[in-house]
Amino acid sequence: MSDLLSPLESEALILSLRVALWCVVISLPIGIGTAWLLARKRFPGHLLLSAVVYAPLVVPPVVVGYLLLVLLGRRGVVGAWLYDTFGITVVFTWQGAAIASAVMGFPLMVRAIRLSLDAVDRRLEDAARTLGAGRWRVWVSITLPLTAPGILAGAVLAFARSLGEFGATITFVSNIPGETRTLPLALYSVLQQPGGDAPAVRLAILSLLLAIVAIAGSELLARRMRKQLGV
Amino acid sequence: MLSVDIAARLGDFELAARFEAPSSGVTALFGRSGAGKTSLTNILAGLERPIRGRIALGDRVLFDAANRVNIPPDKRQIGYIFQEGRLFPHKTVRANLAYGLGRLAPEKRAARFDQVVDLLGIAPLLERRPKMLSGGEKQRVAIGRALLSGPDLLLMDEPLTALDAARRAEILPYVEHLRDAEKLPIIWVSHDVDEIIRLADHLVLIDQGRVTASGPLIEIINGPDFRAATGRREDGTVIETTVAAKDAANALTHLRFSGGELRVPGVNVTLGQRLRVHIMAKDVAIALDPPHGISVLNCLAGRIVGISDPDGADVDVEIDVGVRLRARITRYSARLLALKEGQTVHALIKAMALDRTGRDMAHSP
Repeated sequence: MSDLLSPLESEALILSLRVALWCVVISLPIGIGTAWLLARKRFPGHLLLSAVVYAPLVVPPVVVGYLLLVLLGRRGVVGAWLYDTFGITVVFTWQGAAIASAVMGFPLMVRAIRLSLDAVDRRLEDAARTLGAGRWRVWVSITLPLTAPGILAGAVLAFARSLGEFGATITFVSNIPGETRTLPLALYSVLQQPGGDAPAVRLAILSLLLAIVAIAGSELLARRMRKQLGV
Repeated sequence: MLSVDIAARLGDFELAARFEAPSSGVTALFGRSGAGKTSLTNILAGLERPIRGRIALGDRVLFDAANRVNIPPDKRQIGYIFQEGRLFPHKTVRANLAYGLGRLAPEKRAARFDQVVDLLGIAPLLERRPKMLSGGEKQRVAIGRALLSGPDLLLMDEPLTALDAARRAEILPYVEHLRDAEKLPIIWVSHDVDEIIRLADHLVLIDQGRVTASGPLIEIINGPDFRAATGRREDGTVIETTVAAKDAANALTHLRFSGGELRVPGVNVTLGQRLRVHIMAKDVAIALDPPHGISVLNCLAGRIVGISDPDGADVDVEIDVGVRLRARITRYSARLLALKEGQTVHALIKAMALDRTGRDMAHSP
């Protein structure tokens, strides 16, 4: 790979993948839980929750990044407590970048999972109950497997969204080479320098290839999954 | 014994049901579509919750609003076979069947699994997905799945409705086996008269969310509430008979009942077998004297015990021939014969009119 890519390019690529992966890992359990709450439960604040979840779709990414800074910055509401109690901070780290893209990708993920949950035939769950399965077993053996295509789609969307995340990331964790400089940020950086056109084209093609591989891979996985599910 | 006394509100629909079902045999839950049959079975299974009342199965209380008892569906041990099968699409037939096995003692599971697979003839289907099954195969697997969850009671919600006549004929013998060999009490939800005559011993009528009558099948099915529930076309009399003789030379079977003997075509029965015969009111003619030179084989003498509104377009006459037999004739005929209560007449039933019922209603005790 080092023959094909410059150190700057491979650094940005690996960082992008790492951030995107962790973005999916942290948002998946929360995303499934939120989708379940929104799809299956009626409670006061249902509308508010769904507004908050879907907000990053319409709010400018810079605003999201700024809010994250206010919330998780070292002097932020949660950030200060994190720093004082555990001595950790996520500002200016790749973990922070993962959080920023997780928030930005969250609505896409929740939406995909929720649609899939809505499509699960509740009568199958009833049938499982009459066969002696408690709520938890029904969830694990019926609901979750039948939702799997939606969960996969949601994870892929969040992953792809993370690869392209720019505004919230640069606002929240800045543009630090090797730490928070993902592919889009690297592309932005080279464009700021004179003679940056050639490296910019290479980075753009790299981003494109990455996205295509991710989407194609998920499509193959989805096909196999549908076959497995017999639907 | 299943005893039910509940009231429920499901959306705009109100349901009030009170009945008892014996702890063996098939109890039919009969009513028009929309009468509340499925709501009631869902309540029995614990999938819907009544607002008040009590449900007990034997000495197990399943629901008791007064004492805040509501056993969840997974603890009720009630097998439920749905109209649409509801097999899990992502599991093989084998995995579907095994889903409820956990309720059986571990050492009994394998033998019981093989026994049920054998009984339902589904061994060749085990590795298939539900998508690859025919409608009849799906229902057999659904029956097997419910059976393998070790139920104390089986709810069957119109399991034949989605099937064509041939597939129905394929499933019915299995249900009879469950009733007769497995001795499993069954609640059979249906709006098909032939089905319940063939299968049920006990009948619960439900109309617009209310139980209008319940009791032994023969009693209820020949009563006024059942006629109100079915509409005039199916009006008739159901008689329990025993195969008394087979006349192979003439391809006739002699059926004995409390009022004498009926001759029906076909000999595909065994001596001593019990058969229910459904005699449609429109298939019964009335003669004042025993007729001569007529092809009709069954002539039963009896006294008129009831005549419906003589000014209707047609007239229903009830004749006591040992059982109360219903005949439907035109108003003109009723006037011509000057029929009145207490009069002795002869009821004529063509053997051929009993062709279908005589054979299909096979019911072994």
